[in-house]
Amino acid sequence: MSTDTTVQPPAPGKKLNRIGLEPLAYRGGKTTLCAGCGHNAITERIIESFFELGIDPTQVIKLSGIGCSSKAPAYFLSSAHGFNSVHGRMPSVATGAVVANRTMIAVGVSGDGDTGAIGIGQFVHLMRRNLPIVYIIEDNGCYGLTKGQFSPTADLGSTLKTGVVNDLPPIDACALAIELGASFVARSFSGDPKQLKAILKAAISHRGTAMIDVISPCVTFNDHEGSTKSYSYVKDHDEPLADVSFVPFFEQVTAEYDPGATIAVTLHNGSKIVLRKMAEDYQPTDKMSALRLLHETMSRGEYATGILYIEPDKQDFIDLLGITDEPLATLPEAKTRPGKAVLDEIMDTFQ
Amino acid sequence: MSVTASAVQETIPQARTARVVNDFAIQVATVNGSGSQTANLVLLRAIFQMGVPVSGKNMFPSNIAGLPTWYTIRASSKGYIGRKKEVDFLVAMNPETAREDVLTLPRGAAAVYDEPLKLKDLRSDVVFYPVPFDKLITPITHDAKLRRLVRNMIYDGVLAKLLSIDMAQMERALRKQLGKKEKAIALNLSALTAGYEYAEATLPKLDPFVIEPMNKTHGMILLEGNAAAAIGCMMAGVTFVSWYPITPSSSLCESLIDYLKKYRKDPETGKATYAVIQAEDEIAALGMVIGASWVGARAMTSTSGPGISLMAEFAGLGYYTEVPAVIFDIQRVGPSTGLPTRTAQQDILSAAVLSHGDTKHPLLLPSSVSECYSMAMDAFDLAERLQTPVFVMSDLDLGMNTWMSYPLEYPKKPIDRGKRLDEATLERIGEFARYRDVDGDGIPYRTVPGDGMPAYFARGSGHNETAQYSERADDYANNLDRLARKFETARTLVPKPEIDLVRGARIGVIAYGTTHWAIVESRDQLKAEHGLDLSYLRLRAFPFTPEVFDFIDRCDRVYLVEQNRDAQMLSLLQMECTPAQFAKLGSIRHYIGLPIDGRSVTTELLKHEEEERAR
Repeated sequence: MSTDTTVQPPAPGKKLNRIGLEPLAYRGGKTTLCAGCGHNAITERIIESFFELGIDPTQVIKLSGIGCSSKAPAYFLSSAHGFNSVHGRMPSVATGAVVANRTMIAVGVSGDGDTGAIGIGQFVHLMRRNLPIVYIIEDNGCYGLTKGQFSPTADLGSTLKTGVVNDLPPIDACALAIELGASFVARSFSGDPKQLKAILKAAISHRGTAMIDVISPCVTFNDHEGSTKSYSYVKDHDEPLADVSFVPFFEQVTAEYDPGATIAVTLHNGSKIVLRKMAEDYQPTDKMSALRLLHETMSRGEYATGILYIEPDKQDFIDLLGITDEPLATLPEAKTRPGKAVLDEIMDTFQ
Repeated sequence: MSVTASAVQETIPQARTARVVNDFAIQVATVNGSGSQTANLVLLRAIFQMGVPVSGKNMFPSNIAGLPTWYTIRASSKGYIGRKKEVDFLVAMNPETAREDVLTLPRGAAAVYDEPLKLKDLRSDVVFYPVPFDKLITPITHDAKLRRLVRNMIYDGVLAKLLSIDMAQMERALRKQLGKKEKAIALNLSALTAGYEYAEATLPKLDPFVIEPMNKTHGMILLEGNAAAAIGCMMAGVTFVSWYPITPSSSLCESLIDYLKKYRKDPETGKATYAVIQAEDEIAALGMVIGASWVGARAMTSTSGPGISLMAEFAGLGYYTEVPAVIFDIQRVGPSTGLPTRTAQQDILSAAVLSHGDTKHPLLLPSSVSECYSMAMDAFDLAERLQTPVFVMSDLDLGMNTWMSYPLEYPKKPIDRGKRLDEATLERIGEFARYRDVDGDGIPYRTVPGDGMPAYFARGSGHNETAQYSERADDYANNLDRLARKFETARTLVPKPEIDLVRGARIGVIAYGTTHWAIVESRDQLKAEHGLDLSYLRLRAFPFTPEVFDFIDRCDRVYLVEQNRDAQMLSLLQMECTPAQFAKLGSIRHYIGLPIDGRSVTTELLKHEEEERAR
């Protein structure tokens, strides 16, 4: 797939971003998902976010596991390298890739089965490591590609199209991620483009693991009465915690904010997240408060959406490893093969 | 204890008859966690320093403390470093096994034992040397914990006297083993001397075994295969390591971590030019390697059989996405509990075709510590050249035991990063297609994120040559055929076998890995005892190179000797043989958890030949 990444002179009047690329440069292949699938809306927000942030798509890597969600990386940023790995194992592939080239921006796309069931082990350890990556769960509560079985995020008592009732409690990926050490945890809804885009931009600008659970209804297998992941259910039970706005480092904060009603978080690159509070006890920098909020809203059958938890200055996995600034992948032989004196010194220890 | 207690040995008929010089095996039976490893390695090293070829094999339980452990030190003037089947000189320290240890000794053997075990009446054809270890240790230290640890050094002293091992060499070996820990050295030296003096005063020499200085270890070193492999990985320029602890593989990554910390810091910034990640399991370990390698790092993992099983799905993904990976398999016995600390060559078949669907992987087969080192470098170069996972099939015997070797040589070839697309190549080939066979060798050109070259989308088996998702029949079949072509290219690149064709010999032997050392000895036995010449081919890699089939053609019968029940390498070989070659192949297998020994090969081979004649 030879993709020419050089910037073509734009047609007059075409909208360009700050690095001179037009939106087309951020698109990917044509989607093969169902019409109306929430995942397609998420793909659109990813494209817009990268375009508006003016990130060079060739500096991005896209990774996924297996499932409907995991097809998505083929539908955005075609000039970025992508890796559709095996079921539930995207976190390990991403870990290797991010560590081997620390200069790339990594986007991992997973699903609720891919993360919550087969991949829960790798998910847990990626969160624990605070690996710099945007980790998106396209969460529809079911296995779409195998025709609608329950996944571990399906809510207790929700039903399949066939009437089968889910009798196990759901795994809350957000609560789990907060508990495990992810430094940016958010929940959003594919049907709320404004909030989702603001969260995505903030996540891309965050250093560390940014985990976003996006409720993304499956129009084919899980959009019926009795489902708690249908468009109508999520619309009725979406409880935004704040109005999320994102101000990138290359723009000035223009609006005035009431310090009593807003929370502003500055990210490592100077970008700002401004949260105009809606829920009274919302404290996204406080782990306990975030967990309490999640448990309370869940017990009411609501989805608390927005940035649930953020710790902008937490040490990420790359820093922890103490590796060179130059990517490990491009280190020359002079830096990776020690000289003969080293081998001689080692051999002396065995004399 | 009195002097008269040792008078029992006078019943031994062959005592003081033929001396056995530098050709016997000492076995130390202890309880694990008792600190015997220092004493054993000092003994091994002292013999080595006297110029006598030596090998050490540890047979240990899957346990931290309290279960039986046997350490065998073999001295061999002829330089045989495989396992010797018979134990000649026993040091019985473990009450639990002492009785059986003594009963299984051959006639004429000798045994040093802890006096309270009262072993001397068990046999009349074995020389016994009772030693009151507790009494001897009492004056050395008051600390009960230290007593337990240095107690074993007493048998080193006793053996030094009985076997004529130079005490100056014992002391040198002890200092080498303990480094700069002066207090520990002093304490151990007292125990060593106490043992020596006790033997000198109390134990008249009644067995035939002695060590005499030779000059057969000059310029050589002692090390474990896992350490050699670790050095090889560092010299191969590894930049990414992920691993999950598992015996007998852990010491490879642990040695590597030590070396990397010491020698792979960027001199300007002090930062690491590598990353090592202890993964959550072996699935993640290989997943990380594939991720790192996909973006262009030199990446590896090391494991053993259970890890290999877990890595199966990713091994297939590596094969189909054509991402390099180096996987060390330090083979051991079977799954779960059982014999996880015993050696085997039992992962050959599973590694060769690991995963689902049509997959085949190159295997490298080191038989010595120097090959653990050189094949580590070969593996990285081959993995990148072939863009595929490559397995290095070591085993517990090679990986964890101490072997003699000549010092490892600095690599002569520069690192090979394989076919990476650059501006000039792109110009020449016109268009980038990730999976197109541009050069006819089945190996396509590769780009990596951030290299400024065109991107592609890595995915499993269903893709066309431009890496697009495809379920077309011709795309799938074309890709599989190209991968098969690539495997034929691998055949031309892997290390060639080592062949010794003996003029007039009609029987051939094929072996690989640590089985080699038993073959060396067995060939000598068959020649000396039966006048039977054997040609020999030592496999060094899979896929098999043409030399292997040519060797079979030149022999009337060929025995493939290996350390597994199901003749795994033989099965791989049979798949590629002509019917005439197939008919010549026989199998000798050894699967008891202990390293194969020359005598067993000799016995088995003669039995097969007998049957052949009867037919």
